[in-house]
Amino acid sequence: MTIIDLNISNLVSLQKGLPPDWPGGFWWHFLVFTSIVINAVLILVMAFIYVERRGLGRMQSRLGPNRTGPQGIFQPVADALKVLLKEDIVPDSADKVVHWLAPLIAFAPTLMIFAVIPFGNGWSLIGDLNIGMLYVVSIASVSTLGVFMAGWASSNKYSLLGAMRDVASVISYEIPLVLAVASVVLITGSLSLNQIVQNQDIPFILLQPLGFLIFFMAGCAEINRSPFDLLEADSELVAGFHTEYSGMKFAMFYLVEYAEALALSALISTLFLSGWRGPLLPPWLWFVGKIFFVFSVMIWTRATLPRVRIDQLMTFTWKFMLPLALINLLVTAVEVLALPENSLWLMIPVNFALTVALILIGSKSLTVGRGRVEV
Amino acid sequence: MKFEHYGRGIIKGMSVTIQHLKRHPTVNQYPEQRLNTSRRIRGNELIWDKKLCTGCATCAKTCPQGAIDIVTSANLVNNKYEVEKYQVDTGYCIQCALCVEACPFLALFMSTAYEKAKYRRNELVQQKEDMTRGQAGKVDSGYFYPDIAAALPSQTLLIEKVTEIRPKAKVEVKKETPAEAVKK
Repeated sequence: MTIIDLNISNLVSLQKGLPPDWPGGFWWHFLVFTSIVINAVLILVMAFIYVERRGLGRMQSRLGPNRTGPQGIFQPVADALKVLLKEDIVPDSADKVVHWLAPLIAFAPTLMIFAVIPFGNGWSLIGDLNIGMLYVVSIASVSTLGVFMAGWASSNKYSLLGAMRDVASVISYEIPLVLAVASVVLITGSLSLNQIVQNQDIPFILLQPLGFLIFFMAGCAEINRSPFDLLEADSELVAGFHTEYSGMKFAMFYLVEYAEALALSALISTLFLSGWRGPLLPPWLWFVGKIFFVFSVMIWTRATLPRVRIDQLMTFTWKFMLPLALINLLVTAVEVLALPENSLWLMIPVNFALTVALILIGSKSLTVGRGRVEV
Repeated sequence: MKFEHYGRGIIKGMSVTIQHLKRHPTVNQYPEQRLNTSRRIRGNELIWDKKLCTGCATCAKTCPQGAIDIVTSANLVNNKYEVEKYQVDTGYCIQCALCVEACPFLALFMSTAYEKAKYRRNELVQQKEDMTRGQAGKVDSGYFYPDIAAALPSQTLLIEKVTEIRPKAKVEVKKETPAEAVKK
């Protein structure tokens, strides 16, 4: 059991991921891995769109798109082509520069998250970044800036309102999210994502059930997925912050939405489902399989749960998730200090009991407004 | 919002959604698969029997839209009216089937056709040649004619596609004992 140590030996591990014998050294590595990452992300996003539309369809007793290609597998391609050929409309009173920049600023950080996510033992753009988790958390919140820029530059009050709600929800849900990550980091004693995976002899979903639930829900809220997608509600609003976007720029926001979902699924599988580790199959296949598993759970929740209101969204994080995450972090810290070496499994019964007790107590004490919704 | 049931409702809802994966989707792939329509469908064209029609124009009088246009001439040899022109503007037709009900000689039928959309409005006007009974592809609807309805295939319901068998709800009928009946 080690406590966080950010010493020199960890910094050296940055060098480990780079193949020194490659011609051109770092730059070749950078070029090859960047193109691999970008292509992998785009292909996985297309697969996600297909899986989501078909899966959601089946869960609603429909078939989903099944006309374009065999079983409709070319539907995302057709959608992309359609949206690329559309006219790019910029409102007259828009802040042109910001309007143009916003999709890029939303998109770039989402892609940058994948620089540190290990698809195998040390397989990532930056092999083994020792502050990986910190990097992910900080980079991920930059794309909110793009969203807010989009809302502001559209010079449309509803876009601005949607963007402001997005910012509010992201800031609120960032706190329980980071606290849940912190408890994982406490157990492994490392911020490096590769190190976290290597230390997961027991998947952390068993050691940190409450942390997993909080991370999953807060993550869903951060990337505006159902049931927290009130600011781009498909069925009620005209997509909130990207109302004034069309054509390629809209495609960028759509891409961001799914790339964020991909990043979140990858993070959940890395942090809680022991990442690329698994028997028989190659590591990257295990990782992709876990990503798809997590994403299908997200589709499942989307098919089931109704959308929450903005006040419910805020109350849920500040009154329910934040106290639970704090208590979880405290208990984990005490456990990490008190438990003897090589007895991590002791955390399983304790933390499961804690999860049940905290959810029971938290549910009793949570009230939102006067409405009555029994859940 | 209050977690009165500690989030059990969420788990129940999730289990309901996942059950749908086992069920057959209740959709119909339209151009390839077609469902049997209702046997008493009022389709969007009329079928007119030339032999039974006497040219009395009752249909034209009952039509609330005035969509039926009928012109007859007297045939003195056979001592009957000849229908010169029988024209229905199906663009005006509201498929109320009052003409079918009104026809005293049972010479009018609704059709089972439902794919009669056209690109031009004047293509919607049907002449008597288009409506004559007995042409290929024209099936009389069972509307107002129970004997025709009985011969048509029964309607497919989408619920029949769902393979899941649901338990029938038990309905208990409480019988009154004679003593209670007397009290009332």
